[in-house]
Amino acid sequence: MIRQPDPKPDIMDRRDAIVAGLRALLPESGLIAEPRLLKPYETDGLSAYRQPPLAVALPETTEQTAAVLKYCHQNGVRVVPRGAGTSLSGGALPLADAVVVGMMRMNRILDINYPDRCAVVQAGVTNIGITNAVSADGFFYAPDPSSQLACMIGGNVNMNSGGAHCLKYGVTANNLLGLKVVTIEGEILDIGGAHLDAAGYDWLGLLTGSEGMLVVVTEVTVRILRGPEGARAMLAAFGSNEVAGAAVDAIISSGIIPVALEFMDRPAIHACEAFAHAGYPLDAEAMLIIEVEGSAEEQDRLLGQLSDICRKFDPISLKVSQSAEESLAIWKGRKGAFGAVGRISPDYLCMDGTIPTSQLPHVLRRIQEMSDSYGLKVANIFHAGDGNLHPLIMFDANDADSFHAAEEFGADILKLCVEVGGCLTGEHGVGVEKRDLMPVQFHAHELQQQRRLKSAFDPDWLLNPSKVFPLLEPEVAVLPQAA
Amino acid sequence: MITEDSIVATVVEAVRTREPLLIQGNGTKAGMLRPVQAGRTLSTAGLSGINLYAPKELILSARAGTPLTEIENAVAAAGQHLIAEPPDLSALLGETGRPQTLGGVVATNLSGPRRVAWGAMRDHVMGIRAVTGRAEIIRSGGRVLKNVTGLDLCKLLTGSHGTLGVITEITLKVLPAPEATGTLVLPGLDEAAAVTALSAALGSPFGVSGAAWLPAEAVARVPGLAGIGGSATLIRIEDFAESVVYRIGRLKEQFALADAVLFDTELSRAVWRDVRDARPLAAREEDAVWRVSVRPSSGPSILNALRPLGLAHFLDWGGGLVWLAGPADIATHAAVETAARAAGGTWTLLRAPEVLRGAVRVVPDEPAALARITREVKAAMDPAGILNPGRLYVGL
Repeated sequence: MIRQPDPKPDIMDRRDAIVAGLRALLPESGLIAEPRLLKPYETDGLSAYRQPPLAVALPETTEQTAAVLKYCHQNGVRVVPRGAGTSLSGGALPLADAVVVGMMRMNRILDINYPDRCAVVQAGVTNIGITNAVSADGFFYAPDPSSQLACMIGGNVNMNSGGAHCLKYGVTANNLLGLKVVTIEGEILDIGGAHLDAAGYDWLGLLTGSEGMLVVVTEVTVRILRGPEGARAMLAAFGSNEVAGAAVDAIISSGIIPVALEFMDRPAIHACEAFAHAGYPLDAEAMLIIEVEGSAEEQDRLLGQLSDICRKFDPISLKVSQSAEESLAIWKGRKGAFGAVGRISPDYLCMDGTIPTSQLPHVLRRIQEMSDSYGLKVANIFHAGDGNLHPLIMFDANDADSFHAAEEFGADILKLCVEVGGCLTGEHGVGVEKRDLMPVQFHAHELQQQRRLKSAFDPDWLLNPSKVFPLLEPEVAVLPQAA
Repeated sequence: MITEDSIVATVVEAVRTREPLLIQGNGTKAGMLRPVQAGRTLSTAGLSGINLYAPKELILSARAGTPLTEIENAVAAAGQHLIAEPPDLSALLGETGRPQTLGGVVATNLSGPRRVAWGAMRDHVMGIRAVTGRAEIIRSGGRVLKNVTGLDLCKLLTGSHGTLGVITEITLKVLPAPEATGTLVLPGLDEAAAVTALSAALGSPFGVSGAAWLPAEAVARVPGLAGIGGSATLIRIEDFAESVVYRIGRLKEQFALADAVLFDTELSRAVWRDVRDARPLAAREEDAVWRVSVRPSSGPSILNALRPLGLAHFLDWGGGLVWLAGPADIATHAAVETAARAAGGTWTLLRAPEVLRGAVRVVPDEPAALARITREVKAAMDPAGILNPGRLYVGL
């Protein structure tokens, strides 16, 4: 179970006054305090943990957000920022004495500028909403997390979200130009703008991925990119994880940078095929989905070269899509992976570590051994180009033992990722889920240094205070600044 | 011999005596930003060497003092390159006879023409080790390509000019080097027409990785552009050879300019190396040099506003990076500052005599609420204020 800091008794006692105080700062229906209506906000994508907040504030403007934060700061009220609530690491899990500040009403696209290749959007615009707004003109917003239909750009910024196409286009941090943010004191700050590389410290870089602990993001200036002339995928299946891993190495060594390079192991192939009927080879131990971009001739040439490379590794099957429809079919299984695993298991945990790609066969072997010893099935999906591994651990949430075993299994996988030179999280964030594993990757003084940076923005530790860092014993959040 | 531990010892001593340290590598960028008043110099130049290079994992780790050329040569030997194309600014900052170090490039976050398409130096720093002003060795990131574990101190330290920590080791993402490079040269456009063309090129589906405009006097300083009369608008494609031919051809059709010229790989690389290193900038020895970053469509407005001053100039990053050189006096500096601010952009005084660098804002001031956070972050990393004090801001 995840430990939460104790609610502040004085805040719980003053609940009604705080609700009234916040209600006065927001439009009609912008403050939710009725227990029944708080229900949808009690959890996020890590649904095993639930905690209704004190109240939910739904500002419609940056100024309203600033007023809410200023009030919370003056009254010592904790704040949990929230986008669409899709975090898989519990980044938006409320606290009993906290006000959730939800961005869903700030959902407008403010500006689209093609000559400067940027768009200004409010934090509550969905990830796909940005691409949808510019796709008719041939542009797109590159980072594409699996939750892109629902997740909001403000949440993407806070978690530095990735996706399947990071190998070529980078993660959220590489696709931002500016932010409008509100500090816990209620100050509105413009960070960056429509230009590249602001002088001074890289606040844009530090705030991206700061998991709601430093500021609340209300507006985002993103880079939009012109899409390629076309894209096509191929599928290559192999007899072992080792051989598929060697094929990945050979592809990277060839000088081709595929726009996506996805790896699925045998359990993942079977789960996805049963769900999506994508034509995946069921006799394979491992399968790659490789996507390239360019004109039709460029696609042909690259896919031909990639096929030649794959043929050197005795593929069980090799299928080069001949059309956009066939590419969609190849992707269909992979994109439906979560639904597919959900169908064969009542519940699953989606883990997210990164490993040096050379360690893949070793890590998959160890995960299989753990799976046998915990008695829990696991399917592995892997962004092979950048080493980001997503084991899906299947369990039964109605069986407390099964859930705890799944959590321990997941923690063991993440420890293994660190042990082989990788990290605890590649794109989902630490949240509450991996908070207590942070000492596996960082020394105590390194975590203290990061805590001091939080204190520089939020001296009273009111912003998302129970995330990312292990709780201190006794819980002293404010660290002295003096040497 | 210098080691991470000896750096720790030096910092411990500096904290004890409250004696500031000038943090540098080989000092090739000592002329940038504000002069640092420090009794002692702490150089990481002796902390040299590549620790890890895994081409198949697109990862390279090296100590901060490693000469950049050593790293460029190592990755080139494996058919790879540094994505941000960091410049060698010795033409502007003065030949020191010593090579710039990886630590210096990262501490100043300097990126070349490819930045417009593929990101800055800071986008490819995957891991960092540094000694803070608390004399502690801290790590952030790691040796993998995707990592969101904890606050991103890689980005905070990159471009912090040695004021938050002494960077000792850096892990970079690298990529396969393109097989070929091609350049489409559009002669004779003024800056407004050029930026419109560059925007169209960068907004095309052809993966443009360089987009610059050089006025006639800048063209004259680039040997590879001999024969181009008047200004030159440069559009670069880097890819497999067949793709370069195809893509450059499509761009040429798009612009339908009869006098457009195509450069092959060899000539393209020579010309873009000069653009990268700011050699087109006609800066006289006594001139100050500014780097202004604005939204690309505002590049021409900066040049317009400053035209009466007759500053040397050229544009990179599709118009978004304005290189300027001119009289090193407060009035000219104020004019550059005003023009950059009016365009909603940012600026850096890259080079100037100490008397000017010590007297003016070398980067824009931050609004009060952000300046307070800057002070708190500096205090969190360097509470005694001993690391490159005053480099970016007065009293910090």
